[in-house]
Amino acid sequence: MKQTILDLFKRLEPKKGTIAHTAYDAFFTFAFTPNEVTHNGVHVRDGMDLKRTMVQVVIAMQLCYIFGTYNIGHQHFVAIGQYTEFFAGFHLKLVYGFIQLLPIWVVTHAVGLGIEFFYAFKRKHAVEEGFLVSGALIPLIMPPDIPLWILTLSIAFAVIIGKEAFGGTGMNILNIALLARVFVFFAYPTYISGDEVWVSGIEKVNGQYISDTYGWAHHLFDWIFKGFGWTSFGEGGLAAIDGYSGATPLSLGAAGGWEAISSRYTPAEMWWGTIPGSIGETSKPFIILGALYLIFINIASWRVMVSMVLGLITMGLIFNAWGWSPFMEVPWYYHFYMGSFLFAMAFMATDPVTAASTTRGKWIYGFFIGVLGLVIRVINPAYPEGWMLAILFMNVFAPLIDHFVIQANIRRRLKRAKASV
Amino acid sequence: MKNRVFYLLFLLLLPLGTLLAQSTGGSSNYFVYGILAIAVILFLGLIVQVSDNLLAIEAKRVGADKTGTNFSIFPRLNELLAPKAPAYTEGHTVIRTQRGFDIKLEGEAIKTIDSSVQANTFALQPRNFHGMSPIPKVEVEPRQQVKAGDVLFYDKRYPEIKYVAPVSGEIVAVNRAEKRAIKEVVILADKNMQYREVPAFNLDGSSREELVNFLAEYGAWPLLTQRPFDVVPGLKDVPRDIFISTFDSAPLAPDLNFVVEGRGNHFQKGLDVLSKLTPGRIYLGLDARGEKAPSTVFTKAEGVEQYWFNGKHPVGNVGIQIHHINPIRPQDKVWVLNVQDVITLGALFTERRFNAERVVVLTGAELKQPVYVRTYLGANIGELVKNNLKNDHVRLISGDVLSGKTKSEADFLNFHDDQITVIEEGDDYVLFGWLTPRLVPSVSPALPSFLFPNIQFKANTNTNGEERAFVVTGQYEAVLPMDIYPQHLFKAILANDFEKMEGLGIHELSEEDVALCEFVCTSKQPLQEILREGLDAVHAES
Repeated sequence: MKQTILDLFKRLEPKKGTIAHTAYDAFFTFAFTPNEVTHNGVHVRDGMDLKRTMVQVVIAMQLCYIFGTYNIGHQHFVAIGQYTEFFAGFHLKLVYGFIQLLPIWVVTHAVGLGIEFFYAFKRKHAVEEGFLVSGALIPLIMPPDIPLWILTLSIAFAVIIGKEAFGGTGMNILNIALLARVFVFFAYPTYISGDEVWVSGIEKVNGQYISDTYGWAHHLFDWIFKGFGWTSFGEGGLAAIDGYSGATPLSLGAAGGWEAISSRYTPAEMWWGTIPGSIGETSKPFIILGALYLIFINIASWRVMVSMVLGLITMGLIFNAWGWSPFMEVPWYYHFYMGSFLFAMAFMATDPVTAASTTRGKWIYGFFIGVLGLVIRVINPAYPEGWMLAILFMNVFAPLIDHFVIQANIRRRLKRAKASV
Repeated sequence: MKNRVFYLLFLLLLPLGTLLAQSTGGSSNYFVYGILAIAVILFLGLIVQVSDNLLAIEAKRVGADKTGTNFSIFPRLNELLAPKAPAYTEGHTVIRTQRGFDIKLEGEAIKTIDSSVQANTFALQPRNFHGMSPIPKVEVEPRQQVKAGDVLFYDKRYPEIKYVAPVSGEIVAVNRAEKRAIKEVVILADKNMQYREVPAFNLDGSSREELVNFLAEYGAWPLLTQRPFDVVPGLKDVPRDIFISTFDSAPLAPDLNFVVEGRGNHFQKGLDVLSKLTPGRIYLGLDARGEKAPSTVFTKAEGVEQYWFNGKHPVGNVGIQIHHINPIRPQDKVWVLNVQDVITLGALFTERRFNAERVVVLTGAELKQPVYVRTYLGANIGELVKNNLKNDHVRLISGDVLSGKTKSEADFLNFHDDQITVIEEGDDYVLFGWLTPRLVPSVSPALPSFLFPNIQFKANTNTNGEERAFVVTGQYEAVLPMDIYPQHLFKAILANDFEKMEGLGIHELSEEDVALCEFVCTSKQPLQEILREGLDAVHAES
């Protein structure tokens, strides 16, 4: 079996030095761990490599993926007043979400990996695994209705300017996934803020919210569902329910504090994630499970996560005491329920390349993300959420934090050198 | 400090004042009394904490904190959680390193010496000594007869330091490597060993200079290794201290308590000689890991300062022990020796001959019978493992799997090595090797190995992945029990930043110390090679 696949691969091997060979090599090492042996150093190597590390992070996100897919469908149907029970119309919601998510996922990987392959060929090294995680993260932090051409541009920007310009995987200063999102945010603000983008397939026509008509993919599934005698999508184009708005808790909070939020969403809804939002950010239990898994297998830094939580609590308490605006009076613990704090904590801030690299630095880094993110969330009315900007901001400062930690180590050693025996 | 205490007290009393002012209304004062009680407790706690801190400061000032003793009145968390120290360490301070990793491998040797295993050829390899010129002056010719202790070669820059034959016999070859560098001087050993006569040396009545010249002339000087840089010291060098680790924590390493059996008097004599060479101290690192106490040769050694160590590998590395006892500073020179090197040094005085006898352990999963053998320094590897290999597709290593060197059957044990490890070559493809739950040694819980802490692995030499840029952080620190930032140090070396290399403590490290970092490295970086480049560059600079 193994030999057969190996022979098949060997027969397909293109000429060395072509871009085809770079791609071949990427797929070959994906199928087989190479037969390289150690030389000149340790003779035995740990079973962990970068591929396994990256894939473990992707595995940790899978629950968010499943829930996110379903929630896209759920929000769509809730908006038009159908199947408002969470598990009602299960197959429709799942398929609707899948049809929405799949193109995003495919485009992300086609564009991102395409650029990676090209640069790997240009620089004559193997394709590195960095984009595996970025590519899995990007669909989760995009609004479900994102136009694919914007997605393409944002990923090209993030990978070329954010990563390859700095030298590839491991060299970037800013988090690639967040860079893609910040590009959408600043280049196409109308697509990623406001109330319409968070629920898929609902358009505002002449001041009225109308759902889109379903496309060929939905009809294809309808044909299958009818065969089973299940409910189907139909034609679409339905009016949204009275008083519909796709507002997220954060935009409500900015306008009217906890009262406005709780009048529309219960804390339980926010906790379980059956609310509009970016695809993967809403379900708090699943994100926490992913975070715990990453901590357990020792890939994400628990220090960054804990200090980020501490930062948020500190700032939340300060705001509660201050109480200058209604949003500041939102009890500090409810900030965990809203928005993408937990997702940013589990998957974004813990990126080892862009986070501080020293133990002490990680505590400082995480804490300031927690503080700054909440400041942006609560005080700045122009930005609906703070973590993206806070993390990118602290990414820039991470080397500086490390510098001070390392200088302290150097000074300690210098002091010892000067001390007489 | 004092000001801050007063400030805190003031802050504490401020709300109390307001509370008292409000409570004059006549209602229940229990709340106020409660607050007052808490304040008093806090105040007392503050005093205790401050005096505790002062104690710690005083301990630091007199330098007593370096011993690892807890000077606080509170127990440390790790003292509460740590397993009880073994009984034989009672009355001693045990330095417990928290970080590290033991790679458990198949093929541990049984503690008997197999006298049927004998090597016939031996070699001295100039390349075992860092910084030695590639073409030393060879004093012997093929077919010439030499006695054990006769000079084989010397470095032309330091002609006083002689490198001598470990055995007597006939020189069979002077092998050369690329660019005519001398690879090894090979001796076919006699059945009955002949020794070059060594005159008696009066240790107490002689000056240090006379002792140094004596050691250099009779071949004992290269037994010394100078840190930083791991080089043979110059004759004018005076070490701050001398450090000897009496246990090896590397995978499948020899049990030095067994190795030293019957040679205790040489070992003690070696220590006595060393104490004449340094104005500082001789430090002995003792093993507090096992249930049984180490050999009395080590525990009852005289004229030395003993430190007990407990923890996972690399706790047995002398570099780690130095860091915890008295770290090497950039201007310092310290010497380190292996236990068997000390024995050879001592035998020069007790037996008056250059006795390079070595107990070598043959280990590894690919040996039919892992066992100890008695031979001499620089023995031929092929002869030692003859008829003992399970198959011929194996890697022969002089040393352990972490910091040992790859050898062929025609090669010889390195100068300081007392271990041969034989493991399987791993030049095979693994289908989805990065995804499947493989049972390979690993520090990571992402692989199932962590579920079986006592399993002995049959590891092979596969890299288990390809080389990548540094991505994961905090990984090296987790297995290096030193106050050092290894990843930043490696980056400084790659960037040729001398100031930072020194600042981050390159002079405290040796390749064996970072070998475990290299093992765990997700990016499969060649860390020992990088460190050696850095050490050589800094050495050349100084």
